[in-house]
Amino acid sequence: MTATLVETTYREALRAALREALSEDERVFLMGEDVGSYGGCFAVSLGLLEEFGPERIRDTPLSESAFVGAGIGAALGGMRPIVEIMTVNFSLLALDQIMNNAASLLHMSGGQFNVPLVIRMTTGAGRQLAAQHSHSLEGWYAHIPGLRILAPATLEDARGMLPTALRDPDPVLIFEHGSLYNMKGTLAADAGAVDIDRAVVRRPGDDVTLITYGGTLGKTLEAADLLAADGISAEVVDLRTLRPLDDETFVGSVRRTHRAVVVDEGWRSGSLSAEISARIMEQALYDLEAPVERVCTAEVPMPYPKHLEDAALPQPDTIAAAARRAMRPVAV
Amino acid sequence: MNARRAAVAAEPEQSTPEAAHRRELLRTMLLIRRFEEACAELYSAARIRGFVHLYVGEEAVATGVMAALGPDDAVVSTYREHGHALARGLPVDSLMAEMFGKQSGCSGGRGGSMHLFDSSRHFVGGNAVVAAGIPLAIGLALADKLQHRDRVTVCFFGEGAAAEGEFHEALNLATLWRLPVLFCCENNLYAMGTAIAKEHAQTDLALRAESYGLAAWPVDGMDVFAVESAARRAVEAIRGGAGPHFLELRTFRFRAHSMYDPDRYREKVEIEHWKEHDPIDALVATMRAAGQLDDADLEATRDEVAGLVAAAVDAAEAAPIEPVESLTRFVTSDREAEGSRT
Repeated sequence: MTATLVETTYREALRAALREALSEDERVFLMGEDVGSYGGCFAVSLGLLEEFGPERIRDTPLSESAFVGAGIGAALGGMRPIVEIMTVNFSLLALDQIMNNAASLLHMSGGQFNVPLVIRMTTGAGRQLAAQHSHSLEGWYAHIPGLRILAPATLEDARGMLPTALRDPDPVLIFEHGSLYNMKGTLAADAGAVDIDRAVVRRPGDDVTLITYGGTLGKTLEAADLLAADGISAEVVDLRTLRPLDDETFVGSVRRTHRAVVVDEGWRSGSLSAEISARIMEQALYDLEAPVERVCTAEVPMPYPKHLEDAALPQPDTIAAAARRAMRPVAV
Repeated sequence: MNARRAAVAAEPEQSTPEAAHRRELLRTMLLIRRFEEACAELYSAARIRGFVHLYVGEEAVATGVMAALGPDDAVVSTYREHGHALARGLPVDSLMAEMFGKQSGCSGGRGGSMHLFDSSRHFVGGNAVVAAGIPLAIGLALADKLQHRDRVTVCFFGEGAAAEGEFHEALNLATLWRLPVLFCCENNLYAMGTAIAKEHAQTDLALRAESYGLAAWPVDGMDVFAVESAARRAVEAIRGGAGPHFLELRTFRFRAHSMYDPDRYREKVEIEHWKEHDPIDALVATMRAAGQLDDADLEATRDEVAGLVAAAVDAAEAAPIEPVESLTRFVTSDREAEGSRT
């Protein structure tokens, strides 16, 4: 039996998840800048104010630290808040609350106060928004013990990660890549919660493992098509959860293919790609037949012109080129 | 008046509800003072470590505010919170064990002096980033409002916090949403070593708070009755739906900022001036004048709290340390048994 499929978008899938959460659990409310009357900066919450009212779709002042902190307090007080931050760059104004309170309270209190809070925010480049709206800082957040970091790259995950995150007793950050909101596709009409523990193989292959997440999954799958045209069979792993990392899935893939390319829209130095590369060295060094390749964003604040932004970001051809380098025979 | 008549008059005075309440206030203040003195001694002897910020001189603030709260109310505190915790009724043993980093401490030993927590008393820390507890407090109040709970959340911070953005963001938001929160600004005139006049263009903090549209009153923080009465008035108004209130509690710390601080930035004469307004001496004098306290009572209370603190030190020193194997507990809620994946 096949489930009925419906046409939808990443944005609509996120909204469906919000609507379901608000309908099913009266402790859930959404709060953030312009989530109500405006409909959400990226229109994710459009219509929810009319449906659920201003108590539960709560417009906030431009006070990231205060409303993220209020989300933490409300979570401690028995609610299940969903806090929306417009972009990851603005989340830095609330970094104190996220790191010093949300991530630390459980430990500082000896296990007495857990923080069941979900924070959603937009991340990533590709829309010519320049150097204060375009960065991919999820790798920074993935550095912090006490947080769970999610990066939905598909319609299923856009629809299904939120309900699972809301059941987590600890803070969960969901990074929605800004270039994905308009992504169209089909989704099972009864799509619902998905796991938030495991990475998945999005495309099986034998010759090289391409490891990525979020906004670069699509580009990496395109790169796999380019490689297939050259007779190279690439396996594509979508990390999905950036903390805690599912080593087993990506290291297991590398053990089979013996080659790895890490694709990360973050900057290269001190990045998530560096962490993944290090874990491959630690766990599968003797399975490798080539050095681990990395494709990251050029180390510049994001420029505005399209051709420079394109050049700064991982692209299907640069990903494919890295995979081809990994495929070259190694001189002994 | 002869001695016999005075004794007859004093006896009923001592048994009135007012006298009993005052004795309770005095006991709390003496307990805080003794606890802090013990911490200073223990720190100097290197038996406890970390940053330790003492509350000596400010006892009337915590004692007066907590007296106005019910058991279901919540408290968000700062890193100078031993006094808040004691006045809130956290057991002396669990606080002292926390100073020693023992598992029997109120935060399981994980927090230390700056991070005292007790969920059963709604004591939500112990926050050591200046002003970072304020947004958290308004969130607790938001949860209460949304769940129609009759709880007031009290949030302590110092005058130094008024220079932080989170202070202004949170006062605005709390007033905008009419949240049931009592802001208690402990103005001890120095943000670590920086005098208030060197960091605030407008040093009247109640006035600044008022500009957000909430009720804000300056209070003599060395007078426990003034503190309690202001806190009661504010808590009652908040419970009645009047929205957040702000108390600027004018006080002074007699000791340095922390045990590390050589206190170079204050004149001795200023400290001595404030010591003349010691809140414990003031309360004792008032009670004596009212016939509510005699030397024997005072000595007995001092002895009782000193005994409690001494016993707490002994118990804390004897308590076992946490096994290193459980180092990564309490990072996440769900995986502690199996060890957390990173």
